[in-house]
Amino acid sequence: MKYLDEYRDPAKVKSLLDKIQSIITRHWVIMEICGGQTHAFLQHGLDAMLPSQVELVHGPGCPVCVTPLEQIDRAISIASRPDVIFTSYGDMLRVPGSTKNLFGVRAQGGEVRVVYSPLEAVQIAEANPAKQIVFFAIGFETTAPANAMAVLQARKKNIKNFSVLVSHVRVPPAMEAIFRAKANRVQAFLAAGHVCAIMGFHEYPPLAEKYHVPVVVTGFEPVDLLNGLLAAVKQLESGRAVAENQYQRAVRFEGNESAQRAIRTVFQSVDRKWRGIGIIPQSGWGLRPEFAEFDAEKRFDLHKILSEESPLCIAGEILQGLKKPLQCAAFGKECTPQMPLGAPMVSAEGACAAYHTYHRDVVYERV
Amino acid sequence: MCLGIPGKIIEIYQKDFLRMAKIDFGGIFKEVCLAYTPEASVGDYALIHVGFAISLMEAEEARETLKLIKEVAEFENEIP
Repeated sequence: MKYLDEYRDPAKVKSLLDKIQSIITRHWVIMEICGGQTHAFLQHGLDAMLPSQVELVHGPGCPVCVTPLEQIDRAISIASRPDVIFTSYGDMLRVPGSTKNLFGVRAQGGEVRVVYSPLEAVQIAEANPAKQIVFFAIGFETTAPANAMAVLQARKKNIKNFSVLVSHVRVPPAMEAIFRAKANRVQAFLAAGHVCAIMGFHEYPPLAEKYHVPVVVTGFEPVDLLNGLLAAVKQLESGRAVAENQYQRAVRFEGNESAQRAIRTVFQSVDRKWRGIGIIPQSGWGLRPEFAEFDAEKRFDLHKILSEESPLCIAGEILQGLKKPLQCAAFGKECTPQMPLGAPMVSAEGACAAYHTYHRDVVYERV
Repeated sequence: MCLGIPGKIIEIYQKDFLRMAKIDFGGIFKEVCLAYTPEASVGDYALIHVGFAISLMEAEEARETLKLIKEVAEFENEIP
């Protein structure tokens, strides 16, 4: 496939690894924000091939992981109603709520459907006028325009039995929160390429300057990841700290302006609680008052929900890059992808799931 | 979640007030929405996320990146 194969070329990977090795003089801690990049590093074994001076820490860029427990419990409460067809991206179904997950709701007779695109949820609403169709609108900036379009379509087509349970989060406020934390060790960021495809990267130069931290917009294939790391290491070694783009084929400085317009039309900036981290001011998007009729939290009575986290799970420290999955006592024991205690063990982007899937609990000799 | 996969636009049409396209992901075909890439035309490659084209792939930029990486490799080879 064009735009994929050439970025998986072993010869290019080797020359980039050699180049990083040839310029690095000391230990550097670099965070990849996006969970998709965490998985790609481990899936391709790049973490094991990097010079030992490069320490990767894994960021909070996993929407499934940071959606607050209360919101999962609200989803479970809504999905359990007999008059509701609950629709969601597939990743959310295994995320543990306080007592069960959405698969548990389905097992008990609730109607929970997985959709690939939020527009499918609108079509389900049209086809089932006697039911309430609720879409779980989660995700970072990458996903927000698609979710916004579902709301805009429902309004345009005058569909009254459609609503959204919103839990949108934004990357730059989280980066700033990580950098402000006292225990922070991160010295450079690989910024999430697909978030930047939508938002551009004009938010990063001020961040790079304010905290004197290199920020490199990075893609998802092995060559992209190493190209991003090389740029970050070059900056760190030379003492520079600027925002730069190593994913030019998909990311423009200003981003996708028509997608940003749709986001601004439907959503407004709100304080958002991140699972395991807490409230980060102005770090999320909620529906604008003009679209309140589509707000599932207003449509259903959700007041009597008590939420309680597993006491064993250290997801908060994992998501802030303060601990690695193997430092958790429950890893691979009480907590596995089949029976997860916390969200990072669930998703195709969660750091714990990546360590489990790619067997990083087995110690290999460095060769 | 933020998974984005490049695909080739092979057909463009209107549906439900929206500009839609049939996309070829190396032999697998899917319908996607082009609302956020109004400049897209048949034959373009787009980055697809949850049924939406979020960015058109820049052929020129892609070539440039690969050229720079090739130069890294050649430079490495010159070091004895």
